[in-house]
Amino acid sequence: MNIIVCVKQVLDPELPPSAFKIDPEAKKAIAPRDRAPVISPFDENAVEAALRIKDAHGGTITTLCLGRDLDMAVVKKPLSMGADELVLLQDDAFEGSDSFATAYALATAIKKIGEFDLIFCGRQSADWDAGQVGSGIAELLGIPSVTPAQKIEIKDGKVVVERVVADGYEIVEVSPPALITVSNELGEPRYPTMKGIMVAKKKTATVWTAQDLGLDRSMIGASAAKSKMLKLFIPVREARCEFVAGETAEEFGANLALKLREAKLL
Amino acid sequence: MAEYKGVLICGEVTEGRLESFSLELLGIGRKLADDLGQELGAVLLGSGIGDAAKEAILFGADKVYVVDDPLLKDYQTDSYTAVMEKVCKQLLPDILLLGQGAIGRDLAPRLAFRLGTGVTMDCIELAIDPETKLMVQTKPVYGGNALAVLVCEQTKPQIATIRVKAMAPLERDDSRTGEIISIPAELDPAAMRTKVLDKVKEEVVGIKLEDARVVVCGGRGIGGPEGFSQLEEVAKLLGGAVGATRPPCDSGWVAAHLQVGLTGKIVTPDVYVGIGLSGSSQHIAGISGAKNIIAINKDPEANIFRVAHYGAVGDYKKVLPTFIQKCTELLSG
Ligand SMILES: Cc1cc2nc3c(=O)[nH]c(=O)nc-3n(C[C@H](O)[C@H](O)[C@H](O)COP(=O)(O)OP(=O)(O)OC[C@H]3O[C@@H](n4cnc5c(N)ncnc54)[C@H](O)[C@@H]3O)c2cc1C
Repeated sequence: MNIIVCVKQVLDPELPPSAFKIDPEAKKAIAPRDRAPVISPFDENAVEAALRIKDAHGGTITTLCLGRDLDMAVVKKPLSMGADELVLLQDDAFEGSDSFATAYALATAIKKIGEFDLIFCGRQSADWDAGQVGSGIAELLGIPSVTPAQKIEIKDGKVVVERVVADGYEIVEVSPPALITVSNELGEPRYPTMKGIMVAKKKTATVWTAQDLGLDRSMIGASAAKSKMLKLFIPVREARCEFVAGETAEEFGANLALKLREAKLL
Repeated sequence: MAEYKGVLICGEVTEGRLESFSLELLGIGRKLADDLGQELGAVLLGSGIGDAAKEAILFGADKVYVVDDPLLKDYQTDSYTAVMEKVCKQLLPDILLLGQGAIGRDLAPRLAFRLGTGVTMDCIELAIDPETKLMVQTKPVYGGNALAVLVCEQTKPQIATIRVKAMAPLERDDSRTGEIISIPAELDPAAMRTKVLDKVKEEVVGIKLEDARVVVCGGRGIGGPEGFSQLEEVAKLLGGAVGATRPPCDSGWVAAHLQVGLTGKIVTPDVYVGIGLSGSSQHIAGISGAKNIIAINKDPEANIFRVAHYGAVGDYKKVLPTFIQKCTELLSG
């Protein structure tokens, strides 16, 4: 099985909310200086899903990443986990691209890569939380999609996917080529090994621009966006926590119960 | 350009009944339609829709479009997208609303790409701009750390999915009347490229998390499955259900379907108790509708205290036993 995994570099979503800052004029989040970006966590789950299939059935894994200001140490992480190739789509023309433009660029790059059986994406990126790009790529390539998955297995050439729903999961069968998005229920992504890190260091990424892909300029970048952002802001929360009194943790416990009774919550 | 008019919601039907979630869609859809002075339609896809169509009228729809076909029994991307594409091209709605659930989150983007229009996922607020008459869409981004306000100016329909429990349904009004119109699915089974082999339901013991009036959530700080049995005790005492942040689910301390938050369950209890969890924006996204938030955390700087109404700073292992004891005393006294 040859698998293409789309990964995105994002601001670390585990940054404490109190440290999260935006530039309301530019309508953008401000990257904190002291915190490196990361691969969007669900995309790491997608890499893990691909590695499990490679472990069982062989094949190659190509990771595909579109973005600006890419940190090579970050985008090479899938290689150090065991992926084979890395293709970067880098061009100022992509600045301000929405899900449509991103899916268009990624789908075009996938056609250029050529042969694949499966495409994996994270169920949604940790910045815009939209979850559109995966379905968009599938639509543009005219292939079936299943979203989001907690388990992906290959049985007799078919792909058997456990699709997460609110109160359990569905078992869905699809034939390659297909696109599948991956959720965290799949399990923790593996850590890169020392050897993996060394191998990744030596690998060079293939870099393509909008021109290399022959993209229609009117379909990428901010001007092509389907929706216009009017405003980006941090909501104010009326934070007024009443801490219970006491000297010891034991007293806190009893006093918390009393407090709840007082507030008629108990 | 053809004229796009009216608001259309895509409802979900399980076993002949409208999902409670669809009622929320009808509620907000009605409001938007009234603000535009236009009709509210509801499209129901499935097999054996029965009385759900009438129910949709009682909860706000002027017209209900029923696409009832055995091939629509299970949700599948190919079949549902094909039918919705056809329905949208036939009805030309100005606005289309779906739920941010297992169906909407898959269907909405695929449909938007097919129709070549914009979609905003997981909205918590929708309104009509009085001047432009466009739908102004508010959506949490960065895990809920920020809110983005968007409009789709160039293309129609304007599509949005709505977060569960973010909108209020209308009261059922038995005097409401409307029209039920059937639309044939005309599906080609060969064009359906996926097959649902089986559906596995997680077993729920006790009260369902989404319906619970009291929710007791544990986080990474609980340390393991044993700690969660103490939380069970608290939940039982308060007549509630246990939930969790993502780490305990990922670590297998509790079942995955107990995850509360942006990519888990959305809960709106009267009382929420968060224990040994930091209050990440992604978790808070699932509890922002809770009326009273109570937190127990050993770190006074933890973010959960920025949203909590009552807090106790300390090791939960020491706080909980006396809390349980006192609660028992008060409840029996
Ligand atoms: C796109 C995306 C979607 C996500 N969706 C969700 C989601 O739906 N739900 C979700 O929960 N998370 C979600 N996450 C993960 C989220 O970012 C956080 O990682 C997670 O919520 C943290 O869980 P936690 O608070 O339990 O752990 P931590 O942040 O590690 O906090 C543990 C807390 O426990 C306290 N503690 C430790 N020991 C004790 C003790 N003995 N007594 C008292 N307190 C103690 C610590 O002080 C600390 O505050 C998502 C992440 C991403 C990127």
